[in-house]
Amino acid sequence: MSEKTSPATAAAPPPDEHQRMEVGAEAVPRSRFARIMASSAGRNLGLVVALAVVCVIGVITAGDLFADVDNVITILRLAVVVGIVSIGMTFVIIGGGIDLLVGAIVALASVWATTVATQQLAADFHWIIIVFTAMAVGAGCGLVNGVLVAYGRIAPFIATLAMFAAARGLAEIISDKRNQLVDDPGYVDFFARELFGVPVLVYVFALVAAIGWVLLNRTTFGRRTIAVGGNEEAARLAGIKVQRHTVYLYVLLGVACGIAAAMLLARTGTGTAQHGVLLELDAIAAVVIGGTLLTGGRGTIVGTVLGVLIFQTLSNIFTLNNLDTSDQAVAKGVIIVAAVLLQQFVAKRAGST
Amino acid sequence: MSRIMNKSLLTRVAALAAVGGLLFACTSNESGDDGGADEQSAVSDNDDPGKTVTIGFSGPEADHGWLAAINDSAEAEAAEYDDIELRVAEGTNDPNQQISQIETFINGGVDAIVLLPTDGDALTEVATQAMEAGIIVVNVDREFSSPFAARTTILGDNYGMGVSAGTYACGIIEEEGISDPVIAEIQGIASLPLTQDRSQGFADALESCGESVDNQVSAEFTVESGEEVASNLLQAAPEIDVIWNHDDDQGVGVKQAFDNAGRDEFAFIGGAGSCQAMDLIESGEMEATVLYPPTQAADGIKLARLLAQDKGLSDLVQVEVPTRIVLNAPVVTADNVEEYRSLCFES
Repeated sequence: MSEKTSPATAAAPPPDEHQRMEVGAEAVPRSRFARIMASSAGRNLGLVVALAVVCVIGVITAGDLFADVDNVITILRLAVVVGIVSIGMTFVIIGGGIDLLVGAIVALASVWATTVATQQLAADFHWIIIVFTAMAVGAGCGLVNGVLVAYGRIAPFIATLAMFAAARGLAEIISDKRNQLVDDPGYVDFFARELFGVPVLVYVFALVAAIGWVLLNRTTFGRRTIAVGGNEEAARLAGIKVQRHTVYLYVLLGVACGIAAAMLLARTGTGTAQHGVLLELDAIAAVVIGGTLLTGGRGTIVGTVLGVLIFQTLSNIFTLNNLDTSDQAVAKGVIIVAAVLLQQFVAKRAGST
Repeated sequence: MSRIMNKSLLTRVAALAAVGGLLFACTSNESGDDGGADEQSAVSDNDDPGKTVTIGFSGPEADHGWLAAINDSAEAEAAEYDDIELRVAEGTNDPNQQISQIETFINGGVDAIVLLPTDGDALTEVATQAMEAGIIVVNVDREFSSPFAARTTILGDNYGMGVSAGTYACGIIEEEGISDPVIAEIQGIASLPLTQDRSQGFADALESCGESVDNQVSAEFTVESGEEVASNLLQAAPEIDVIWNHDDDQGVGVKQAFDNAGRDEFAFIGGAGSCQAMDLIESGEMEATVLYPPTQAADGIKLARLLAQDKGLSDLVQVEVPTRIVLNAPVVTADNVEEYRSLCFES
């Protein structure tokens, strides 16, 4: 388990807190950096193997139905909503937090973006208003969450749980518990339109993933996120404004939820308070399978994307094989455990060689 | 004629189908053209003001269109009568909270309780207590586990829904002479007894014409889940002849998945009877939907009033209100959609 020992040794007896922080966030010694890279790549390799195994199972059991361009597109299209949320969630979890609210934010954003007033505005200007409204609502929810967690000092679990009830309730009040249809057909058509055989929806997911990757791996923001999640006190001593950064992380997730809500509107043509039920669990599961530590301080965007794809491919294969729902649930549980074990095994091999 | 009869069965308490072979429905004194749920006056003095009755109503949280319609129609029905004083408990999905609501009704000394339980088994005990306290309990939609827990039970026919859908599917297959048809089924939450009843009815009806379900998937009554499982289903079966979707609420997503994939080679049959589904039937984008009436609680209110005022069902020879009423599950098609408009609900 070298990937566990390397951060541990990095965090082991530091000369002083400040120095330790620099080791963690800014000036990583070359050899250690190389090792961490190797192990993180190793973990992702494990996921690629797992995904490949799942695909092989799909080809064997479902044959041409599975190995079909349209089917791959279907899997990608269904991965969009949970995928975008999971990328936001990756940041929050790496930063040492958790958000149980995402499903409710998606519901609220989808409802708010399809109210009569918003749709009227969208009809007057452009349907892009719907997307911006969803993102703004998401950002607002994230801001409240972040402030509660960072400045209110409420445990993330509790703060988001409280907001969870409130947000879905608000969504029900606004929508009067009814489905709100998207009136502008141009909206759904735009995201369903195919460029080079792939729907625009999927490009949005790819774009969000790419931005997430750059943000996490190539910017100070990303390094600070890892630092805050790895050791909050050390990050604070190193001069990072931990509270403000935590707020940023939740706002980031909120915006991701808003985008996801906009994509869900495009997929279903409907805004409702019932959107995103249990989405938080799917997102957290994908993030964790993707190799992100629930305790924070480590994680990858690539892993999260692979985690989401593994899940979607699995349920696709179950449906293609016409499996009973109860069997699906059992098989899914077994496969999740198997995937994590396989991932650890491969990571270990990659780390030790 | 049978269609008109079905409609009246649905819209009028007086003509509800009765179970047990003891009772039969009769529509002889019906007005004929029936426009809405509010014109249900049988030719009897049942609707004349009687002694004022206090009715407590408790149901699950109205978190989707069908349940919202249940609550709205119940309250609207109670408002029709000057002699009903309705007390509505806050909708909840927590059996414990609903139990305490019923206890409050018992302590408050209501004459009757109309109860759509979050869980039939969990509410049986407190309903029995209410009955023992001399309060008339009317059980709606989800059944108690004991016959002593309610004076009368009124419920939709989930098994019958499946039978109606299956029989209709058989009709399409025979009419169009499809050999070896591909039949797909989109369930609601698979673990619920009501889902299993619907699927069993569907399978039994299909068996009668020598067919069976080829592809079965389960959604969760939500638009999002409907879209997701339908997308995968279309992938699993490149060519489908008949699809029965159990629930029109999730059907909004199912339809969207069909549109996204550009598939419409099949006959699309829905369930429950939302206004959106009826719109689609009118425009020809949907074949039919099987009704699961959202007016059960409204009928429950009427029954509770009759019971509390010692009245019977006017169109029955029997002087007492029956102990069990199972509502019919008719198929709504382009031919008769106008008749059923008044029963639809906004999902």
